[in-house]
Amino acid sequence: MKSFAEINDKIRSGKAVVLTAEEVTRMAKELSPAEIARRVDVVTTATFSATRSSGVFLNFGESDPPTRPERLELNGVRACAGLAVDDTFLGAAEGHPEKVGYGGAHVIEDLVAGKEVTLEAWGKATDDFPREHIRTRVSLESLNEAYLYNPRNASNDGEVAVNSSDQIIYTRAGVLLPRSRNAAYGGAGELSPLVNDPECRTIGPGTRVFLGGAVGYVAWNGTRFHDAGGTGEGRSLALVGDLRGMSTAFLRGVYHERFGVSLFVGVGVPVAVLDEDMARRVSIGNERVEAVIVDHGNGGKVLGTTNYAALQSGEIVINGQRVRSAPVASLAKAREVAATLKSWIAAGEFLLTEPTRPMPVAGALRRLEEKVD
Amino acid sequence: MIKKLVLSFPVDATDRPLIYDLIRVHDVSINILKAEIQPGKTGSLLAEFEADERGIDEAIAYLNDNGVTVSPVSSKVSYDRERCINCGSCVSACFSRALSIGAPEWILRFDPERCIACKLCLKACPLRLFKIEFAEV
Repeated sequence: MKSFAEINDKIRSGKAVVLTAEEVTRMAKELSPAEIARRVDVVTTATFSATRSSGVFLNFGESDPPTRPERLELNGVRACAGLAVDDTFLGAAEGHPEKVGYGGAHVIEDLVAGKEVTLEAWGKATDDFPREHIRTRVSLESLNEAYLYNPRNASNDGEVAVNSSDQIIYTRAGVLLPRSRNAAYGGAGELSPLVNDPECRTIGPGTRVFLGGAVGYVAWNGTRFHDAGGTGEGRSLALVGDLRGMSTAFLRGVYHERFGVSLFVGVGVPVAVLDEDMARRVSIGNERVEAVIVDHGNGGKVLGTTNYAALQSGEIVINGQRVRSAPVASLAKAREVAATLKSWIAAGEFLLTEPTRPMPVAGALRRLEEKVD
Repeated sequence: MIKKLVLSFPVDATDRPLIYDLIRVHDVSINILKAEIQPGKTGSLLAEFEADERGIDEAIAYLNDNGVTVSPVSSKVSYDRERCINCGSCVSACFSRALSIGAPEWILRFDPERCIACKLCLKACPLRLFKIEFAEV
Protein backbone atom coordinates (compact mmCIF):
# COMPACT_ATOMS: atom_id res chain seq x y z
CA MET A 1 0.00 0.00 0.00
CA LYS A 2 1.19 3.47 -0.95
CA SER A 3 -0.46 6.78 -0.18
CA PHE A 4 -0.71 9.80 -2.42
CA ALA A 5 1.58 11.64 0.02
CA GLU A 6 4.23 8.94 -0.26
CA ILE A 7 4.07 8.96 -4.05
CA ASN A 8 4.33 12.77 -4.06
CA ASP A 9 7.41 12.61 -1.81
CA LYS A 10 9.01 10.34 -4.39
CA ILE A 11 8.01 12.69 -7.22
CA ARG A 12 9.52 15.66 -5.35
CA SER A 13 12.79 13.84 -4.81
CA GLY A 14 12.87 12.65 -8.43
CA LYS A 15 12.63 8.98 -7.39
CA ALA A 16 9.11 8.19 -8.59
CA VAL A 17 8.80 5.48 -11.24
CA VAL A 18 6.42 6.73 -13.91
CA LEU A 19 5.30 4.67 -16.90
CA THR A 20 2.72 5.22 -19.59
CA ALA A 21 -0.26 2.85 -19.61
CA GLU A 22 1.15 1.12 -22.70
CA GLU A 23 4.53 0.63 -21.03
CA VAL A 24 3.02 -0.86 -17.88
CA THR A 25 0.90 -3.22 -19.99
CA ARG A 26 4.07 -4.49 -21.67
CA MET A 27 5.71 -4.86 -18.25
CA ALA A 28 2.72 -6.87 -17.03
CA LYS A 29 3.53 -9.62 -19.53
CA GLU A 30 6.59 -10.41 -17.39
CA LEU A 31 5.71 -9.24 -13.90
CA SER A 32 2.93 -9.95 -11.43
CA PRO A 33 0.60 -7.21 -10.16
CA ALA A 34 2.30 -7.46 -6.76
CA GLU A 35 5.67 -6.79 -8.35
CA ILE A 36 4.28 -3.91 -10.45
CA ALA A 37 2.73 -2.36 -7.33
CA ARG A 38 6.17 -2.48 -5.70
CA ARG A 39 8.05 -1.04 -8.67
CA VAL A 40 5.69 1.48 -10.30
CA ASP A 41 4.27 4.62 -8.67
CA VAL A 42 2.35 6.42 -11.39
CA VAL A 43 0.87 5.40 -14.74
CA THR A 44 0.02 8.10 -17.27
CA THR A 45 -3.08 7.60 -19.43
CA ALA A 46 -4.37 9.73 -22.29
CA THR A 47 -6.80 10.33 -25.14
CA PHE A 48 -6.96 12.71 -28.06
CA SER A 49 -10.54 12.58 -29.22
CA ALA A 50 -13.28 14.73 -30.68
CA THR A 51 -15.11 16.05 -27.62
CA ARG A 52 -18.29 17.92 -28.51
CA SER A 53 -19.10 18.32 -24.85
CA SER A 54 -16.57 21.12 -24.52
CA GLY A 55 -16.68 24.86 -24.23
CA VAL A 56 -15.09 27.92 -22.72
CA PHE A 57 -16.18 30.27 -19.98
CA LEU A 58 -14.98 33.78 -20.80
CA ASN A 59 -15.07 37.09 -19.00
CA PHE A 60 -14.48 39.93 -21.44
CA GLY A 61 -14.95 42.89 -19.08
CA GLU A 62 -17.37 45.81 -19.26
CA SER A 63 -17.29 48.45 -21.97
CA ASP A 64 -17.82 52.15 -21.29
CA PRO A 65 -20.74 52.77 -21.40
CA PRO A 66 -21.65 49.14 -20.64
CA THR A 67 -23.99 46.72 -22.42
CA ARG A 68 -26.19 44.04 -20.91
CA PRO A 69 -26.15 41.45 -23.69
CA GLU A 70 -29.26 39.51 -24.63
CA ARG A 71 -27.55 38.13 -27.66
CA LEU A 72 -23.84 37.51 -28.04
CA GLU A 73 -21.64 36.31 -30.88
CA LEU A 74 -17.95 35.46 -31.17
CA ASN A 75 -16.75 35.46 -34.78
CA GLY A 76 -20.42 35.12 -35.68
CA VAL A 77 -20.93 32.00 -33.53
CA ARG A 78 -23.71 32.31 -30.95
CA ALA A 79 -22.52 32.28 -27.33
CA CYS A 80 -24.57 32.23 -24.14
CA ALA A 81 -26.02 35.61 -23.10
CA GLY A 82 -27.65 34.15 -20.01
CA LEU A 83 -24.86 34.86 -17.54
CA ALA A 84 -23.80 38.10 -15.85
CA VAL A 85 -23.20 40.99 -18.27
CA ASP A 86 -19.56 40.34 -19.14
CA ASP A 87 -19.51 36.55 -18.70
CA THR A 88 -20.29 34.07 -21.40
CA PHE A 89 -20.03 30.40 -22.27
CA LEU A 90 -19.22 29.34 -25.79
CA GLY A 91 -20.04 25.76 -26.71
CA ALA A 92 -17.51 23.98 -28.94
CA ALA A 93 -20.21 22.29 -31.03
CA GLU A 94 -22.12 25.52 -31.71
CA GLY A 95 -22.06 25.97 -35.49
CA HIS A 96 -21.77 29.23 -37.39
CA PRO A 97 -25.20 29.97 -38.93
CA GLU A 98 -23.77 30.50 -42.43
CA LYS A 99 -20.17 29.30 -42.54
CA VAL A 100 -20.52 25.53 -42.68
CA GLY A 101 -17.49 23.88 -41.12
CA TYR A 102 -16.79 26.68 -38.66
CA GLY A 103 -18.03 26.90 -35.11
CA GLY A 104 -17.32 27.36 -31.43
CA ALA A 105 -14.42 24.88 -31.46
CA HIS A 106 -12.68 26.94 -34.14
CA VAL A 107 -13.21 30.14 -32.15
CA ILE A 108 -11.61 28.38 -29.16
CA GLU A 109 -8.67 27.29 -31.32
CA ASP A 110 -8.34 30.86 -32.68
CA LEU A 111 -8.19 32.22 -29.12
CA VAL A 112 -5.56 29.67 -28.09
CA ALA A 113 -3.56 30.55 -31.22
CA GLY A 114 -3.48 34.15 -29.96
CA LYS A 115 -5.76 35.47 -32.71
CA GLU A 116 -8.22 38.30 -32.23
CA VAL A 117 -11.88 37.27 -32.23
CA THR A 118 -14.79 39.58 -33.05
CA LEU A 119 -17.21 40.02 -30.18
CA GLU A 120 -20.64 41.43 -30.94
CA ALA A 121 -23.37 41.93 -28.35
CA TRP A 122 -26.92 43.27 -28.46
CA GLY A 123 -29.18 44.15 -25.53
CA LYS A 124 -31.95 46.46 -24.39
CA ALA A 125 -30.84 49.68 -22.76
CA THR A 126 -31.35 49.74 -19.00
CA ASP A 127 -30.63 52.47 -16.44
CA ASP A 128 -27.32 50.80 -15.57
CA PHE A 129 -26.48 49.50 -19.04
CA PRO A 130 -27.52 52.14 -21.54
CA ARG A 131 -25.66 50.78 -24.54
CA GLU A 132 -27.65 48.59 -26.93
CA HIS A 133 -24.93 47.29 -29.21
CA ILE A 134 -21.19 46.78 -29.27
CA ARG A 135 -18.88 45.26 -31.84
CA THR A 136 -15.21 44.89 -30.96
CA ARG A 137 -12.34 42.44 -30.92
CA VAL A 138 -11.00 40.38 -28.02
CA SER A 139 -8.03 38.08 -27.61
CA LEU A 140 -6.82 35.67 -24.98
CA GLU A 141 -4.66 38.47 -23.65
CA SER A 142 -7.48 41.02 -23.38
CA LEU A 143 -9.88 38.68 -21.56
CA ASN A 144 -10.05 38.63 -17.77
CA GLU A 145 -10.70 34.90 -17.60
CA ALA A 146 -10.79 32.16 -20.18
CA TYR A 147 -11.12 28.55 -19.15
CA LEU A 148 -11.99 25.39 -20.91
CA TYR A 149 -14.76 23.30 -19.42
CA ASN A 150 -15.68 19.80 -20.55
CA PRO A 151 -18.96 18.55 -19.09
CA ARG A 152 -18.03 15.15 -20.50
CA ASN A 153 -14.59 13.95 -21.48
CA ALA A 154 -12.49 10.78 -21.39
CA SER A 155 -15.57 8.59 -21.58
CA ASN A 156 -14.68 4.91 -21.55
CA ASP A 157 -17.69 3.79 -23.59
CA GLY A 158 -15.88 1.91 -26.31
CA GLU A 159 -17.98 2.04 -29.46
CA VAL A 160 -17.38 0.85 -32.98
CA ALA A 161 -19.57 2.34 -35.71
CA VAL A 162 -20.58 0.45 -38.85
CA ASN A 163 -23.25 0.95 -41.49
CA SER A 164 -25.09 -2.04 -42.91
CA SER A 165 -27.35 0.06 -45.19
CA ASP A 166 -26.62 0.41 -48.90
CA GLN A 167 -25.86 4.16 -48.72
CA ILE A 168 -22.84 6.08 -47.43
CA ILE A 169 -23.78 7.79 -44.18
CA TYR A 170 -22.13 10.69 -42.41
CA THR A 171 -22.02 10.35 -38.64
CA ARG A 172 -20.23 11.58 -35.55
CA ALA A 173 -17.86 8.67 -36.19
CA GLY A 174 -17.13 10.04 -39.65
CA VAL A 175 -17.88 8.61 -43.06
CA LEU A 176 -19.35 5.11 -42.91
CA LEU A 177 -19.23 3.13 -46.12
CA PRO A 178 -22.25 1.05 -47.15
CA ARG A 179 -22.65 -2.69 -46.46
CA SER A 180 -20.33 -2.55 -43.45
CA ARG A 181 -17.21 -1.97 -45.54
CA ASN A 182 -15.56 -0.10 -42.70
CA ALA A 183 -15.68 0.11 -38.92
CA ALA A 184 -14.75 3.34 -37.14
CA TYR A 185 -13.69 3.36 -33.50
CA GLY A 186 -12.79 6.05 -30.99
CA GLY A 187 -10.73 6.03 -27.83
CA ALA A 188 -7.17 4.97 -27.18
CA GLY A 189 -7.76 1.41 -25.93
CA GLU A 190 -5.41 0.41 -23.10
CA LEU A 191 -4.06 3.99 -22.96
CA SER A 192 -7.50 5.54 -22.22
CA PRO A 193 -7.78 7.08 -18.72
CA LEU A 194 -10.89 5.40 -17.38
CA VAL A 195 -9.97 2.04 -18.85
CA ASN A 196 -7.13 2.04 -16.32
CA ASP A 197 -9.24 3.14 -13.36
CA PRO A 198 -12.86 2.35 -14.25
CA GLU A 199 -14.09 2.61 -10.68
CA CYS A 200 -12.32 5.94 -10.20
CA ARG A 201 -10.39 4.79 -7.14
CA THR A 202 -7.71 7.40 -7.79
CA ILE A 203 -9.69 9.91 -9.87
CA GLY A 204 -12.26 12.36 -8.53
CA PRO A 205 -13.02 16.07 -8.17
CA GLY A 206 -9.70 17.85 -7.67
CA THR A 207 -7.52 15.37 -9.56
CA ARG A 208 -4.81 17.29 -11.40
CA VAL A 209 -4.61 16.35 -15.09
CA PHE A 210 -3.12 17.34 -18.44
CA LEU A 211 -5.68 19.30 -20.42
CA GLY A 212 -5.07 20.77 -23.87
CA GLY A 213 -1.35 21.16 -23.24
CA ALA A 214 -1.66 22.76 -19.79
CA VAL A 215 -2.48 21.67 -16.27
CA GLY A 216 -6.19 21.15 -15.64
CA TYR A 217 -8.38 19.53 -13.03
CA VAL A 218 -11.22 17.07 -12.73
CA ALA A 219 -14.14 19.30 -11.77
CA TRP A 220 -16.83 16.69 -11.24
CA ASN A 221 -18.01 13.40 -12.59
CA GLY A 222 -18.70 13.73 -16.30
CA THR A 223 -22.25 13.82 -17.59
CA ARG A 224 -23.78 10.45 -18.43
CA PHE A 225 -21.67 8.98 -15.62
CA HIS A 226 -23.31 5.60 -15.36
CA ASP A 227 -22.76 1.92 -15.03
CA ALA A 228 -22.84 0.23 -18.41
CA GLY A 229 -21.95 -3.11 -16.83
CA GLY A 230 -19.01 -5.14 -18.02
CA THR A 231 -15.67 -3.97 -16.71
CA GLY A 232 -16.76 -0.53 -15.60
CA GLU A 233 -17.83 1.14 -18.85
CA GLY A 234 -19.98 4.25 -18.78
CA ARG A 235 -17.78 6.54 -16.71
CA SER A 236 -16.63 9.98 -17.78
CA LEU A 237 -14.96 13.09 -16.34
CA ALA A 238 -15.85 16.78 -16.23
CA LEU A 239 -12.63 18.74 -16.72
CA VAL A 240 -11.61 22.35 -16.30
CA GLY A 241 -8.44 24.26 -17.10
CA ASP A 242 -7.07 27.68 -17.95
CA LEU A 243 -7.11 28.30 -21.70
CA ARG A 244 -3.97 30.36 -21.23
CA GLY A 245 -1.11 27.90 -21.45
CA MET A 246 -3.01 25.53 -23.69
CA SER A 247 -1.72 24.83 -27.16
CA THR A 248 -3.27 24.25 -30.57
CA ALA A 249 -1.14 21.11 -30.70
CA PHE A 250 -3.59 19.61 -28.19
CA LEU A 251 -6.77 21.57 -28.93
CA ARG A 252 -8.14 21.55 -32.46
CA GLY A 253 -11.46 22.66 -33.95
CA VAL A 254 -12.83 20.20 -36.50
CA TYR A 255 -15.92 19.63 -38.63
CA HIS A 256 -17.44 16.25 -39.32
CA GLU A 257 -19.15 16.32 -42.70
CA ARG A 258 -22.94 16.59 -42.45
CA PHE A 259 -22.74 16.18 -38.69
CA GLY A 260 -21.16 19.21 -37.09
CA VAL A 261 -18.37 20.98 -35.32
CA SER A 262 -16.32 19.38 -32.59
CA LEU A 263 -13.15 19.97 -30.59
CA PHE A 264 -10.26 17.52 -30.41
CA VAL A 265 -8.94 17.71 -26.86
CA GLY A 266 -5.77 16.14 -25.53
CA VAL A 267 -6.32 14.78 -22.03
CA GLY A 268 -3.86 13.02 -19.79
CA VAL A 269 -4.75 11.56 -16.41
CA PRO A 270 -2.19 10.21 -13.93
CA VAL A 271 -3.23 7.05 -12.14
CA ALA A 272 -1.62 6.35 -8.78
CA VAL A 273 -0.54 2.75 -8.36
CA LEU A 274 -1.62 2.58 -4.73
CA ASP A 275 -1.74 -1.18 -4.35
CA GLU A 276 -1.93 -4.53 -6.08
CA ASP A 277 -5.52 -3.90 -7.14
CA MET A 278 -4.54 -0.71 -8.99
CA ALA A 279 -1.51 -2.50 -10.46
CA ARG A 280 -3.83 -5.15 -11.86
CA ARG A 281 -6.11 -2.50 -13.36
CA VAL A 282 -3.38 -0.49 -15.09
CA SER A 283 -1.98 -3.72 -16.54
CA ILE A 284 -5.06 -4.11 -18.74
CA GLY A 285 -4.15 -4.79 -22.37
CA ASN A 286 -6.03 -4.02 -25.58
CA GLU A 287 -7.33 -7.57 -25.90
CA ARG A 288 -9.30 -7.02 -22.68
CA VAL A 289 -10.63 -3.56 -23.57
CA GLU A 290 -14.02 -4.23 -25.10
CA ALA A 291 -16.03 -2.18 -27.55
CA VAL A 292 -19.62 -2.55 -28.67
CA ILE A 293 -20.30 -2.71 -32.42
CA VAL A 294 -23.19 -0.41 -33.30
CA ASP A 295 -24.93 -0.33 -36.69
CA HIS A 296 -25.56 3.32 -37.55
CA GLY A 297 -27.30 2.24 -40.74
CA ASN A 298 -29.92 0.30 -38.82
CA GLY A 299 -31.16 2.46 -35.95
CA GLY A 300 -28.20 1.82 -33.66
CA LYS A 301 -28.66 -1.95 -33.49
CA VAL A 302 -25.92 -3.64 -31.46
CA LEU A 303 -24.16 -6.25 -33.60
CA GLY A 304 -21.83 -7.67 -30.97
CA THR A 305 -18.61 -6.81 -29.22
CA THR A 306 -14.97 -6.75 -30.17
CA ASN A 307 -11.79 -5.55 -28.47
CA TYR A 308 -9.07 -3.00 -29.13
CA ALA A 309 -6.44 -5.59 -30.05
CA ALA A 310 -8.66 -6.63 -32.96
CA LEU A 311 -9.61 -3.05 -33.81
CA GLN A 312 -6.00 -1.90 -33.88
CA SER A 313 -5.02 -4.88 -36.08
CA GLY A 314 -6.97 -3.13 -38.83
CA GLU A 315 -9.61 -5.78 -39.30
CA ILE A 316 -12.49 -7.14 -37.23
CA VAL A 317 -15.05 -9.84 -37.93
CA ILE A 318 -18.73 -8.99 -37.76
CA ASN A 319 -21.18 -11.86 -38.28
CA GLY A 320 -18.53 -13.77 -40.22
CA GLN A 321 -17.71 -10.79 -42.48
CA ARG A 322 -14.20 -9.33 -42.38
CA VAL A 323 -14.44 -5.57 -41.96
CA ARG A 324 -11.61 -3.04 -42.16
CA SER A 325 -11.30 -1.01 -38.96
CA ALA A 326 -9.79 2.45 -38.60
CA PRO A 327 -9.69 4.95 -35.73
CA VAL A 328 -11.31 8.36 -35.51
CA ALA A 329 -9.21 9.45 -32.53
CA SER A 330 -5.45 9.96 -32.67
CA LEU A 331 -3.36 7.33 -30.90
CA ALA A 332 -0.18 9.13 -31.97
CA LYS A 333 -1.37 12.30 -30.23
CA ALA A 334 -2.62 10.40 -27.18
CA ARG A 335 0.84 8.85 -26.83
CA GLU A 336 2.37 12.32 -27.06
CA VAL A 337 0.10 13.45 -24.21
CA ALA A 338 0.93 10.42 -22.04
CA ALA A 339 4.66 10.93 -22.68
CA THR A 340 4.46 14.66 -21.89
CA LEU A 341 2.59 14.07 -18.64
CA LYS A 342 5.13 11.37 -17.75
CA SER A 343 7.98 13.84 -18.30
CA TRP A 344 6.27 16.48 -16.13
CA ILE A 345 5.89 14.01 -13.27
CA ALA A 346 9.39 12.59 -13.69
CA ALA A 347 10.79 16.14 -13.56
CA GLY A 348 9.01 16.74 -10.26
CA GLU A 349 6.88 19.54 -11.72
CA PHE A 350 3.55 17.80 -11.49
CA LEU A 351 2.31 16.34 -8.19
CA LEU A 352 -0.68 14.05 -7.82
CA THR A 353 -3.79 15.23 -6.01
CA GLU A 354 -6.01 12.95 -4.00
CA PRO A 355 -9.68 13.28 -5.01
CA THR A 356 -11.52 15.62 -2.65
CA ARG A 357 -14.41 13.19 -2.63
CA PRO A 358 -15.19 9.92 -4.38
CA MET A 359 -17.14 9.83 -7.64
CA PRO A 360 -20.85 9.08 -7.21
CA VAL A 361 -22.13 5.53 -7.31
CA ALA A 362 -22.86 4.88 -10.97
CA GLY A 363 -26.39 3.83 -11.76
CA ALA A 364 -28.38 3.24 -14.91
CA LEU A 365 -28.40 5.83 -17.69
CA ARG A 366 -31.80 7.43 -18.15
CA ARG A 367 -33.20 8.20 -21.56
CA LEU A 368 -35.30 11.21 -22.44
CA GLU A 369 -38.93 10.33 -22.11
CA GLU A 370 -41.39 12.07 -24.38
CA LYS A 371 -44.36 13.38 -22.40
CA VAL A 372 -47.50 14.71 -24.01
CA ASP A 373 -49.31 17.68 -22.42
CA MET B 1 4.86 -1.79 -66.48
CA ILE B 2 1.73 -0.17 -65.09
CA LYS B 3 1.52 3.56 -64.44
CA LYS B 4 -1.35 5.38 -62.82
CA LEU B 5 -1.78 8.73 -64.54
CA VAL B 6 -4.10 11.72 -64.47
CA LEU B 7 -4.90 13.13 -67.91
CA SER B 8 -6.06 16.75 -67.97
CA PHE B 9 -7.99 17.72 -71.09
CA PRO B 10 -8.12 21.41 -72.08
CA VAL B 11 -11.42 23.14 -72.84
CA ASP B 12 -10.73 22.96 -76.57
CA ALA B 13 -9.63 19.33 -76.56
CA THR B 14 -9.27 17.75 -79.94
CA ASP B 15 -12.12 15.79 -81.50
CA ARG B 16 -9.80 12.88 -82.11
CA PRO B 17 -10.63 9.72 -80.15
CA LEU B 18 -7.38 9.88 -78.19
CA ILE B 19 -7.89 6.88 -75.95
CA TYR B 20 -8.86 4.76 -78.93
CA ASP B 21 -5.64 5.84 -80.68
CA LEU B 22 -3.59 4.98 -77.61
CA ILE B 23 -4.99 1.49 -77.58
CA ARG B 24 -4.96 0.86 -81.34
CA VAL B 25 -1.84 2.73 -82.47
CA HIS B 26 0.34 2.66 -79.39
CA ASP B 27 -0.80 -0.70 -78.06
CA VAL B 28 -1.33 0.56 -74.49
CA SER B 29 -3.71 -1.37 -72.27
CA ILE B 30 -5.85 1.22 -70.47
CA ASN B 31 -7.95 0.78 -67.36
CA ILE B 32 -10.07 3.89 -66.79
CA LEU B 33 -10.71 4.40 -63.08
CA LYS B 34 -12.41 7.76 -63.11
CA ALA B 35 -13.45 10.21 -65.79
CA GLU B 36 -14.94 13.67 -65.54
CA ILE B 37 -15.29 15.05 -69.04
CA GLN B 38 -17.97 17.51 -70.12
CA PRO B 39 -18.16 19.35 -73.45
CA GLY B 40 -16.90 22.91 -73.19
CA LYS B 41 -15.15 22.33 -69.85
CA THR B 42 -11.78 21.03 -68.79
CA GLY B 43 -11.84 17.31 -68.18
CA SER B 44 -9.86 14.79 -66.16
CA LEU B 45 -9.27 11.13 -66.52
CA LEU B 46 -7.60 8.80 -64.07
CA ALA B 47 -6.31 5.69 -65.74
CA GLU B 48 -3.81 2.89 -65.47
CA PHE B 49 -1.57 2.57 -68.52
CA GLU B 50 0.02 -0.79 -69.14
CA ALA B 51 2.78 -1.15 -71.74
CA ASP B 52 6.56 -1.29 -71.84
CA GLU B 53 8.35 1.88 -70.83
CA ARG B 54 8.85 3.09 -74.39
CA GLY B 55 5.19 2.48 -75.19
CA ILE B 56 4.08 4.55 -72.21
CA ASP B 57 6.50 7.35 -73.08
CA GLU B 58 5.19 7.41 -76.66
CA ALA B 59 1.60 7.44 -75.42
CA ILE B 60 2.35 10.40 -73.14
CA ALA B 61 4.09 12.25 -75.99
CA TYR B 62 1.09 11.64 -78.22
CA LEU B 63 -1.27 13.01 -75.57
CA ASN B 64 0.94 16.05 -75.01
CA ASP B 65 0.96 16.73 -78.76
CA ASN B 66 -2.82 16.86 -78.60
CA GLY B 67 -2.90 19.36 -75.72
CA VAL B 68 -3.48 16.86 -72.92
CA THR B 69 -1.36 17.23 -69.78
CA VAL B 70 -0.30 13.98 -68.16
CA SER B 71 0.79 13.79 -64.52
CA PRO B 72 1.33 11.02 -62.02
CA VAL B 73 -1.57 10.67 -59.55
CA SER B 74 0.77 11.42 -56.63
CA SER B 75 1.19 15.01 -57.89
CA LYS B 76 -2.58 15.53 -57.90
CA VAL B 77 -3.53 14.24 -54.48
CA SER B 78 -2.00 15.74 -51.36
CA TYR B 79 -2.69 16.57 -47.73
CA ASP B 80 -1.20 18.99 -45.25
CA ARG B 81 1.07 16.78 -43.16
CA GLU B 82 1.99 19.63 -40.83
CA ARG B 83 -1.58 20.13 -39.66
CA CYS B 84 -2.56 16.44 -39.71
CA ILE B 85 -3.39 15.05 -36.25
CA ASN B 86 -3.32 11.41 -37.41
CA CYS B 87 -6.87 10.73 -36.25
CA GLY B 88 -7.49 8.15 -39.00
CA SER B 89 -10.90 9.47 -40.09
CA CYS B 90 -9.78 9.50 -43.73
CA VAL B 91 -8.51 5.91 -43.53
CA SER B 92 -11.96 4.73 -42.59
CA ALA B 93 -13.44 6.25 -45.73
CA CYS B 94 -10.64 5.21 -48.10
CA PHE B 95 -12.00 2.00 -49.61
CA SER B 96 -9.17 1.76 -52.16
CA ARG B 97 -6.78 1.56 -49.20
CA ALA B 98 -4.46 4.29 -50.44
CA LEU B 99 -4.62 5.77 -46.94
CA SER B 100 -3.64 3.62 -44.00
CA ILE B 101 -2.68 3.97 -40.37
CA GLY B 102 -1.41 1.47 -37.86
CA ALA B 103 1.28 0.06 -35.61
CA PRO B 104 3.87 0.89 -34.61
CA GLU B 105 3.73 4.67 -35.17
CA TRP B 106 0.04 5.28 -35.95
CA ILE B 107 1.01 8.02 -38.39
CA LEU B 108 -1.02 8.41 -41.59
CA ARG B 109 0.48 6.76 -44.67
CA PHE B 110 -0.52 7.53 -48.26
CA ASP B 111 0.16 5.28 -51.22
CA PRO B 112 -0.81 7.30 -54.32
CA GLU B 113 -0.63 4.23 -56.54
CA ARG B 114 -3.75 2.91 -54.84
CA CYS B 115 -5.66 6.19 -55.01
CA ILE B 116 -8.64 6.29 -57.36
CA ALA B 117 -9.45 9.97 -56.73
CA CYS B 118 -12.85 9.16 -55.26
CA LYS B 119 -12.54 12.31 -53.13
CA LEU B 120 -14.15 10.75 -50.04
CA CYS B 121 -11.13 11.81 -47.96
CA LEU B 122 -11.96 15.45 -48.73
CA LYS B 123 -15.18 15.03 -46.76
CA ALA B 124 -13.87 12.54 -44.23
CA CYS B 125 -10.97 14.69 -42.99
CA PRO B 126 -12.36 16.71 -40.07
CA LEU B 127 -9.61 19.29 -40.62
CA ARG B 128 -10.16 19.56 -44.40
CA LEU B 129 -6.50 18.90 -45.16
CA PHE B 130 -6.84 17.03 -48.47
CA LYS B 131 -6.48 18.52 -51.92
CA ILE B 132 -7.28 16.65 -55.11
CA GLU B 133 -6.74 18.42 -58.39
CA PHE B 134 -9.11 16.50 -60.57
CA ALA B 135 -11.42 18.57 -62.80
CA GLU B 136 -13.68 20.88 -60.78
CA VAL B 137 -14.05 19.81 -57.16
